[in-house]
Amino acid sequence: MTDNVLVANNLIKTYTQRSGKFGFGTTLVKALDDVSISLRRGSTLAVVGESGSGKSTLARCLLQLQPLDSGEVLFAGQDLSKMSGKELRVARKDLQMVFQDPFASLNPRMRVGEIVGEGLLVHAIGNQATQQQQVIAMLKRVGLSEADMQKYPHEFSGGQRQRIGIARALVLQPKVVVCDEPVSALDVSIQAQILLLLKELQQEMTLSYVFISHDLRVVRHIANDIVVMNAGKVVEQGSVVDIYRQPQHEYTRNLLASIPGKKAA
Amino acid sequence: MTVKSSVDNKSSGRPLLQLEHLSVASKKSPSHYLVNDVSFSIEAGKTTCVVGESGSGKSLTALSVMGLLSKQLQLSNGKVLFNDAELGLLDLAHLDAESLRKIRGAKIAMIFQEPMTSLNPVLTIGYQIGESLTTHLGLKGAALKIRIASLLEMVGIPVDRANSYPDELSGGQRQRVMIAMSIACEPQLLIADEPTTALDVTVQAQILKLLDELKNRMNMGMLFITHDFGVVADIADNVVVMFRGKIVESGTKSDVLNYPQHPYTKALLACVPDVDGIKPLQPIDYRWLDELSPVALLEEEKL
Repeated sequence: MTDNVLVANNLIKTYTQRSGKFGFGTTLVKALDDVSISLRRGSTLAVVGESGSGKSTLARCLLQLQPLDSGEVLFAGQDLSKMSGKELRVARKDLQMVFQDPFASLNPRMRVGEIVGEGLLVHAIGNQATQQQQVIAMLKRVGLSEADMQKYPHEFSGGQRQRIGIARALVLQPKVVVCDEPVSALDVSIQAQILLLLKELQQEMTLSYVFISHDLRVVRHIANDIVVMNAGKVVEQGSVVDIYRQPQHEYTRNLLASIPGKKAA
Repeated sequence: MTVKSSVDNKSSGRPLLQLEHLSVASKKSPSHYLVNDVSFSIEAGKTTCVVGESGSGKSLTALSVMGLLSKQLQLSNGKVLFNDAELGLLDLAHLDAESLRKIRGAKIAMIFQEPMTSLNPVLTIGYQIGESLTTHLGLKGAALKIRIASLLEMVGIPVDRANSYPDELSGGQRQRVMIAMSIACEPQLLIADEPTTALDVTVQAQILKLLDELKNRMNMGMLFITHDFGVVADIADNVVVMFRGKIVESGTKSDVLNYPQHPYTKALLACVPDVDGIKPLQPIDYRWLDELSPVALLEEEKL
């Protein structure tokens, strides 16, 4: 399918875990067990599941932040998992990530301007002046100001930090953004702001999102397609509307039934 | 010593807990209220949910009930009236440390958000559950073991896990241990500060159900702090909405959720994503709210 911007086929990733007395034994944990997904251009694919279901591993493996045991990740006709470090660095310009914890994912010793501009510097895009302009434009787009460039991350609230994280990912004009629980650490009101911002930016820049989340209410609002994972396996995938209306798998039904407030007053 | 009211007897119509004009301020700037004139009450066997964003003062309210405010903060005003079944009416805000210690854990217990940080990693869960039983009820030996076993059973953890350490349990199981610890002395009031925020939805549903069952069985009053309106809809009898240290609205669950009166409550409800995805998401416009409460804004700038 030409419509797909990112396709992952038969991903397998196994972790070894120490077990038994004093950790002398080892057990194998299959974090990804034959997982295949495809991301349509300009759409949002949500990956949902409980903790330990392998959804964050999937996010990291898609971007080759962790090596795969086997499987392929096709982006622009190339298999990312077979690329050398050098090739990967080039490809990553188009593949960005927004992390869950806005406190841990920003370097506390760097100014916001440096954090957001670092990608431009690394990929040597434009000269100093144009880079500066791009950073300012991006900060303004996510709702921050030019003056914020000189500040450090600790001077911002959680929601603002997540905006910085988004600016950092998007300043490179990527094609695919992997968002690993970008709103789960935020208040509902801030969560709504960030979700709307992500949606707007997606339209403006024709972004494709892989959206990792455990909150099915959030997913309902942002995703087009859904992948439900359990114990490293994909148990169900399809369009959001179909899965919320007619979940086929027992596990999905259980997840949907657990959403708080369903039997609301 | 104990401030005991001579007039009230225990079976009078007084609520279990009554906060009257509670205010909390930082010692550095006493005029800046973090909790500002908060009054509400909790009945035995009922759950009151306190809802608000981070910084709204909901956790501080809970901590001041327990007398656990940090040293930089002070209870600058108000009463925390606790209607104890044996001791009668007590004002926890003006109780000495010794008496407060006897109430904490025994009459009023608390469950925290993060079960991993609130459990001691080097002690078995059985020991940690037993601690308050020994302290408050003087249980020892075989009697203690039996009680620990029955508590574990009550919260749905296999009894043979009593000798496990916290890291050997899952997040949901750890929160169950926290619940077992908190209900060990059969408290009359249970304070739960976002007990399910760190958990998966499926586990969250189980824990909420467990808390509700225990509350009914033991006729506890419950002060439940959350920012999730879905959880409120599942568990609350009454709802208190807080914004910048103040109560903006309170009432029964169905009133607050179905007919919110205050613009802030309406705005907060509007930014909760719904399961059907029909309702458009609407972030809160704070500028507009600031115009409503210029006082709160002024106070914030002073800090």
